[in-house]
Amino acid sequence: MSIQLGIAVTHLVNRKRPTLVSLIGIVLGVAFFLAVSSLMRGSERDFIKRLIDNSPHITVSDEYRNPQVQPAVLRWPEGAVEVRRVKPLHEVRGIRGHAQKLTFIESLPGLRAAPTLVSAVVLTFAGRTQGVTITGAIPAKMKQVSTIEEKLIEGSLDALAANSNGIIIGVGLAKKFGLSMGSVLNVAATTGEGRALKIVGIFRTGNASYDEAQTFVSLKRAQSLLDRPNRVNRFIIQLDDPYSARGVAALIEARTGYKSVSWLEASEDLMSVLFVRNMIMYSVVSAILVVAAFGIYNTISTIVMEKTHDIAILKSMGFHARDIRWIFLAEGVLLGLIGSLLGLLLGTGLMRLLAGVELKPPGASELVHLPIYWGYEQFLLAAGFALVSAVGAAYLPAHKAGRVQPVTILRGMG
Amino acid sequence: MTPVLAAEQLGRVLPGEVPVTLVQEVTLAVERGEFVVIMGPSGSGKSSLLYLLGLLDTPTSGRILLDGRDTSGFGEDELATTRLQKLGFVFQFHFLLAEFSVLDNVMLPLRRLGALAEPAAQIRARDLLEQFGLNEHLHKRPHQISGGQRQRAAIARALANDPPIIFADEPTGNLDTRAGANVRQILHDLTRDFGKTVIAVTHDLTFAKAADRRIGIVDGRIDPNWQASLER
Repeated sequence: MSIQLGIAVTHLVNRKRPTLVSLIGIVLGVAFFLAVSSLMRGSERDFIKRLIDNSPHITVSDEYRNPQVQPAVLRWPEGAVEVRRVKPLHEVRGIRGHAQKLTFIESLPGLRAAPTLVSAVVLTFAGRTQGVTITGAIPAKMKQVSTIEEKLIEGSLDALAANSNGIIIGVGLAKKFGLSMGSVLNVAATTGEGRALKIVGIFRTGNASYDEAQTFVSLKRAQSLLDRPNRVNRFIIQLDDPYSARGVAALIEARTGYKSVSWLEASEDLMSVLFVRNMIMYSVVSAILVVAAFGIYNTISTIVMEKTHDIAILKSMGFHARDIRWIFLAEGVLLGLIGSLLGLLLGTGLMRLLAGVELKPPGASELVHLPIYWGYEQFLLAAGFALVSAVGAAYLPAHKAGRVQPVTILRGMG
Repeated sequence: MTPVLAAEQLGRVLPGEVPVTLVQEVTLAVERGEFVVIMGPSGSGKSSLLYLLGLLDTPTSGRILLDGRDTSGFGEDELATTRLQKLGFVFQFHFLLAEFSVLDNVMLPLRRLGALAEPAAQIRARDLLEQFGLNEHLHKRPHQISGGQRQRAAIARALANDPPIIFADEPTGNLDTRAGANVRQILHDLTRDFGKTVIAVTHDLTFAKAADRRIGIVDGRIDPNWQASLER
């Protein structure tokens, strides 16, 4: 052990009460930092997981991020007259060459894709009407990219393949219209085309607006109903690594030309809310450690004041100013290290305690556990911040100690 | 032969609204193995001169030569290293670190210099303490031993790194007659038996008489008349 560290340890050991008070401050600070941040991060991750699970990781739609350049501008870039809004006479909307584009997307590693045709339609049942979104999908593919199969409380997705006139609706819509399995309702497209469809499945996602306004039919049925034969207007993509969605979406958009939106982009506002929430949370829990750091500052400042004579003697002996600074910085580091270690242990205990808490949120049918995030970075962050606070708190008194002029002290004693 | 320590036109003025002159125009040379005593009335600047010579304070004029080497260009670190290697200090109060044992106090300069491995440093410190009759008090704290023993431990600490020069500021000022005589004898023996140079500030005439040379200081200057009176 270096002489500086030896002196630091002796100072702390001989001042048990202030050392203990400083340590308790750091221990509690680290423990609460860890418990609160793991709870907040846990809830954030739980929220994101639900977001990722319940929505496509990437949606490719038949839209362009930027308007396409008009053919006339391409032909005569220096032309004096600009012709706008040039369109084909009969345009059938959808993703052009979707089969090839889907083949390209499916060739990318770590993803699954499903083609769909999505549109707004009007449902009519027993004289009541409601506008809903209809999604035409291939059941086998849809199962790979969506959790809708798991959300079905009655029927199955495969029923859409077996019954071309089948429709799956949400529990909200079923309740609103008094529908049940086997009920037949009329679906009218904006083209005027109508069809009677039989309910072959009912799902419940927990999202009220989704459960009331989303329906599923087979892709072929949607194409004929909407009069868009052999067309799709969405690719729904699910990734093995949801966090790579931004990069994969950019690649798909660059290659296909169609707007490709990752879940991160679609949920940008939510993500920024979570970011702000995290900042507030970290500010609050860090404040606890800053307060604890004042305890360390107080302890080390007191030691410096009490030990001014010793400092003068050490310097007269030949100790350098940096040796003296190291002694007091080491005291801060020791308090920070021991406090962090004990704080991490206490924090882990608190996390276990919180993880065991069962709650029944309003409207929920089952008990839920508080979501706790056990990622190692929480532990590193708590300990790191405590250590930085402790060293920061020790720096000022250490600097002051290093500047003690031995002769000034010795003169005062002589 | 180059003096082990020399001062040339040394001056120290404390700055302030009314500057205070502590030491002025002091020129002296101390030979190796010499026992020099600095005397003078209270507030005459004896201790200030000792601190300047011991490189604890920086002169505002003049210079100090250690083994013929000018120390005026030394930075704070070089001054500290020089003190660690070449100078030892004994003060009126023992100034042993209260939380350390007597042995650990003597080990402090040895450990800081690091010239000796820990076991060798232990042997050196134990030898010194044994030499001063403290072998039974090695693991006691300073408050557990007598004033004279503390001062002897402080002398052992000053000698730990075997410095050629020992500075003593009123080393017997806080001791009873018997302990004072003991410390005086030790310092005297250091010059006679170990070839150390001892420069001491004292009011103690008995102490002064045992020295090879006495320097009188009045109002921060060397006063030949005071010096002459001391020689009588």
